[in-house]
Amino acid sequence: MFGEGILQGLYETAKNFFGSYVEKDRLVTVQFPEERRDLPEATRQFPFLLYDGNDPEAGLRCVSCQICEKECPPQCIHIEKSKDKKPDFVGKPQFYPAVFNIDVSTCMSCQICVEVCPFDAIRMDNEFELSTSNRFAGLLYTKRELAKSNDYYRKIHPTEAAECDERRDKEAEAAKAKAAAAAVAAAKAAQAAEQQTPPAASTPAASASSAANGAAPKPAEQPAEKKPVTQ
Amino acid sequence: MTALPAPTADQIWVWIKAWLVIHTPAPFQALVSIVCIVAAIIVVFASLFALTVLLERKGLGRIQNRYGPNRVGPCGILQPIADAVKSLTKEDIVPRSADHVVHYLAPLVLVAASFLAYAVLPIGRNMTAVNLDAGVLFFFAIGAASELAVFMAGWSSRNKYSLLGAMRAIAQMVSYEVPLILSSIAVVMIAGTLSTSAIVHEQARTTHGIAHWYAFTPWGLAGFILFMIAATAVTNRSPFDLPEGESEIIAGYFIEYSGFKFALFFLAEYLEMFAVSGLGITLFLGGWSSPVSFLAWIPSWIWFFAKLLVLICCFIWVRGTLPRLRMDQLMNFAWKFMLPMTLFVILSAGIWRFLPVTVAGSAALGAVVRWLVCALVVLLPYGTLARTLESGRKIEKREYRFAD
Repeated sequence: MFGEGILQGLYETAKNFFGSYVEKDRLVTVQFPEERRDLPEATRQFPFLLYDGNDPEAGLRCVSCQICEKECPPQCIHIEKSKDKKPDFVGKPQFYPAVFNIDVSTCMSCQICVEVCPFDAIRMDNEFELSTSNRFAGLLYTKRELAKSNDYYRKIHPTEAAECDERRDKEAEAAKAKAAAAAVAAAKAAQAAEQQTPPAASTPAASASSAANGAAPKPAEQPAEKKPVTQ
Repeated sequence: MTALPAPTADQIWVWIKAWLVIHTPAPFQALVSIVCIVAAIIVVFASLFALTVLLERKGLGRIQNRYGPNRVGPCGILQPIADAVKSLTKEDIVPRSADHVVHYLAPLVLVAASFLAYAVLPIGRNMTAVNLDAGVLFFFAIGAASELAVFMAGWSSRNKYSLLGAMRAIAQMVSYEVPLILSSIAVVMIAGTLSTSAIVHEQARTTHGIAHWYAFTPWGLAGFILFMIAATAVTNRSPFDLPEGESEIIAGYFIEYSGFKFALFFLAEYLEMFAVSGLGITLFLGGWSSPVSFLAWIPSWIWFFAKLLVLICCFIWVRGTLPRLRMDQLMNFAWKFMLPMTLFVILSAGIWRFLPVTVAGSAALGAVVRWLVCALVVLLPYGTLARTLESGRKIEKREYRFAD
């Protein structure tokens, strides 16, 4: 009524003013380029392609199934399938992307590509400083820029990566067990066959040559019995 | 102008100017004298503007528990330079349908009017640019010219927001100039002069080592507070920044200005603030005089600028504290509270003038009686006004006729 509210307000602001010089926790601003806050694990900015091992070309998980390309709402993914195949983590020969481009300027970070990928090949990165001086080529990320190792994935999204690794390990073991069983069965069959025709395809070298011959009607099954040796 | 004053710290600037004038040929002496004064005023107050902008941004930041600008230079002290470069290099856009001449003139008139006000401010002993006999009157007359410039800007831009802002500005400035002038009338009455230097000389006298500042009297203190409130409104500063009201009318009357013209508006606003604070200092805080005689060795111009900086900090503090008023609140405050209060301040000053200095032969008793009577003349209406204005206010749920 007599203006005591104004005085109270002035007291409050004076307290803030002097307090900000004394109590450091009053100043909540993070001085960004110098100081950085740890990003939350669920941060997502832009997709990247995962690869196993050390070679981004050989270990790339993407099999070029193009589901993400079709599902991408802003259609920022461009994939060109390879003509040949390379073995995946369980040893199956798969296509791989000859070209895999994502346009940063169009991507809306919706994560749909990650959700639809049946091969755990695409994941969301937490890198957010994506500015570039070239607004056309600089914003189009190619396979080489997109490929990042599984170790990196483990670092940025530990929980998710652990879950993914576990699932893939199981898958690989199952594949190995299946291959072992198949190998045993094949060996038996081979023994049985040996009695009839001695030169049979029981060595890995022979099997590789048979896979390389390529145009087999069932390419998914044939190498699966013999490849576990390389895994 | 022939005799050099003593080159003491107090008179150093006066001495420098006199020295320069003496060493120029006679036909150019008047010109050199004018250029010296004008250049000094422009340079000093423009740098004070830069300093204030930085202080304001830093201070507001700290009030809101932020750092404020800290990128340009150490602790951001070079921020004003960066701002100046930015505003100088920006494109100057004039709306196609604007009145080009008036649009161009408005910021110039505003800055010129703001600078002219410094002509009568005594910023130190013997440091009044023009010692007019009617200095206070001149100051208010020049202050009124800035209203013209504001309306020129608002009208010529041909934009509804700028016109609204200009209309608000005129309504506000005219309303608040009444209490501003009335509260200074009390000082003019007591001092018996309109000359700013004479008013300061009057306050520089001391008894028992304490200066006769008018702010040390009950009517003077009340008058000073009212003067500063009115000054805040006249210079369109928060919480009276309705003419600029960012949330309603974007930037008000200078919405169509960009680049350096915008910077000129900004400059003029701050210059007005310094000028009116300077007048407040001159009228109530003893101008360049020191409050106690043992501090009189500090040069007079340092006293003036120290007081000015304190007032600027208060302006920033108030800006960081109070939210913007509504238009009706603003008008009610001006006419229902400020105007009656300034009239009572004038009454109190009159009583102060005519009450005897000694009562029953005792000066102390006389002073006490004088103080009590004059304080009551101000405080009683204050209490009554506060109560009555409050009682008439109904706080109820607001009915929205056009929303929902």
